[in-house]
Amino acid sequence: MKLKERWRSITGGFLSFSDEIPAPERYPLLRRKIVILMIIVTVSPLSFMAIINYHQYRTSLNSEIKNPLYLQADSTKHTIEIFLEQLLAAMQFIISAYSGEELSHEQTLKRIFFVLKREIGGFVDLGVIDTNGIQVSYAGPYDLLGKNYSQQSWFQETKIRGVYISDVFMGYRKYPHISLAVMHQAGALDGWIIRATIDTNKFNEIIASMGLDPESDAFLVNSQGILQTQSKFYGEVLDPLPISVHWSGFGTHVFETSDPQGRDILVATAHFGQPDHALVLIKPRSEVLKSWYTLKSEIFYIFFVSVGVIVLIIFTLTGILVKRIREADEHRETAFRELQHSHKLSSIGRLAAGVAHEVNNPLAIINESAGLLQDLIGHSGEFQKRTKFLELTDSIIQSVQRCREVTHRLLGFARRLEVKSEKLDLNRVLKDVLGFLEREAINRNIDIQLQLADDMKPIFSDQGQLQQVFLNILTNAFAAVKDYGRISITSWVEDSDTVAASIEDNGIGMSKETLKHIFDPFFTTKKEYGTGLGLSITYGIIKKLGGNLKAFSEEGKGTIFTVYLPLEAPQDNGR
Amino acid sequence: MSKCKVLLVDDEKEFVTALAERLELRGFQVLVALDGQRALGLIETDLPQVVVLDLKMPGIGGLEVLKRIKAQSLQIPVIILTGHGSMKEGKEGMDLGAFDHLIKPIDIAVLIEKIKQAAQVFGCT
Repeated sequence: MKLKERWRSITGGFLSFSDEIPAPERYPLLRRKIVILMIIVTVSPLSFMAIINYHQYRTSLNSEIKNPLYLQADSTKHTIEIFLEQLLAAMQFIISAYSGEELSHEQTLKRIFFVLKREIGGFVDLGVIDTNGIQVSYAGPYDLLGKNYSQQSWFQETKIRGVYISDVFMGYRKYPHISLAVMHQAGALDGWIIRATIDTNKFNEIIASMGLDPESDAFLVNSQGILQTQSKFYGEVLDPLPISVHWSGFGTHVFETSDPQGRDILVATAHFGQPDHALVLIKPRSEVLKSWYTLKSEIFYIFFVSVGVIVLIIFTLTGILVKRIREADEHRETAFRELQHSHKLSSIGRLAAGVAHEVNNPLAIINESAGLLQDLIGHSGEFQKRTKFLELTDSIIQSVQRCREVTHRLLGFARRLEVKSEKLDLNRVLKDVLGFLEREAINRNIDIQLQLADDMKPIFSDQGQLQQVFLNILTNAFAAVKDYGRISITSWVEDSDTVAASIEDNGIGMSKETLKHIFDPFFTTKKEYGTGLGLSITYGIIKKLGGNLKAFSEEGKGTIFTVYLPLEAPQDNGR
Repeated sequence: MSKCKVLLVDDEKEFVTALAERLELRGFQVLVALDGQRALGLIETDLPQVVVLDLKMPGIGGLEVLKRIKAQSLQIPVIILTGHGSMKEGKEGMDLGAFDHLIKPIDIAVLIEKIKQAAQVFGCT
């Protein structure tokens, strides 16, 4: 429960804002917040998934790619090892199977050499060396008989390890060769060594048999990084390898690096124990990872397209959503204002009736008493300050008159008289009302423009009340315009059930704030002259007559009041 | 032409006495009743030509007085003069056959005009 509340407070807190923020800014802000929230909620799992996918695929793909490379390097290494083993075994066999005498005999050795060349291949020469390092017999292209090898390192090493395999060297006819030596360790020939030179063609054959694609390369390299076989991209035999190979001694390793040409490459190194060489297999990464790159671009493509679609949808949806919210808010606000207004009207009505009654009776007493006083003064003869008395009573009576106007208006406001329905011509009503104000219009040079509909339909409504309505509106218009101003009165048939009349002036106009309140009781801009009831009464009457009143105003430009009336006013709508 | 005999019915004594005096100054014969009961008595005994009737009174109210007048099929025109804002009662009075319905305070000239209109049948001034 607590977690739930917490979550709600977080999201709610994010989406709510202070009421102080003005309405026009509130909705874009709300929209922005919803958009951000929705983008976070939708895009983050998507990105998370894409990233995980990316990494997982990368990991598995790497192992998938490295594995065959590893296996290929390893198996080729084994092939080479077996080939060397085979040579060494053959040499071991020779030194074990023949006696020292036989091996010292050049003809025998040449025969053995011939058989070896025929059966195994690759042999360039063959020599037998005694325990003192003296070559006692030799079969091959050089004249090496009797040569003393006792001081050479390979002889020492063979003495110690029993077997020796050399690095590659350029020997006979400038072909790369290696030499192999095996020491006999029993019988009469204990300590004798048989030594052979073989060309490295066999290695090349084995490497060629790997069936590498044109972008790949494989070769042998020694622990000093010197190429032992020719490389397709990295040099000739005995050139130093321009790539640093991770030299761990044993086993097979796969790693990523880049070559001097700048290609990203995958390198597999398979180490031999003897000799101290490694088989190096190189494949360009781009080749190997072609499918990975395709997938990567697909992931990115899908990711960005979906993010684009999501963002587009979110923007459209929130746009619609916020618009709906805004409309609902505005609708509610309008409804609320109307409700408030009608509440105000009805309570003012009740209050007005009470106040009017309470005030009217004492007013009547003042009125009659002052009236009587005036009468008495009128009937009495001349006395001191008679005129003064008359003036004073007159001002009392006038003040009562003013009070009376207020209370009568209040009562008029509170009135819910049944609507008297009679057949009327709206144009006639407008002309009648205008008649009351004709004098003022002439005096003030106000231009009255009458544009009355010729096809005006007769309406059934209350003449007296309509007169009051138009009189109120026109009086306001007259108050708003300056001398030489203009007032247009227009009437028309709105639709089959409604007629309308508008009164437009080019007077001072109203601010939006004023316009909002003009139908509120007691709202006035005329300060000491107005009661603030005129337009609210007007509004009330029109509503009672089943019509509608709309006001449009622009400060400094003027005001338009439009009255809509039904062809038939509803009968007594009661209280 | 005889003087018009007007009956003023109102519980506001100051009002009714001042008004009575003013009407008398203008040539009317005025009777005053401060409640409904007395008004009904005066109608019976003095036969006024016009009744100016307040609605809110202690005891028998204005509407009751009007009802009783009408119940006796008397042809006396009754002008309702009240300070009360409620149009409901005014309307009720009109429905009961009142001559008119006026609201206090009223200009004496207007009232006299109404009284004269109402009393026309009797031909008084």
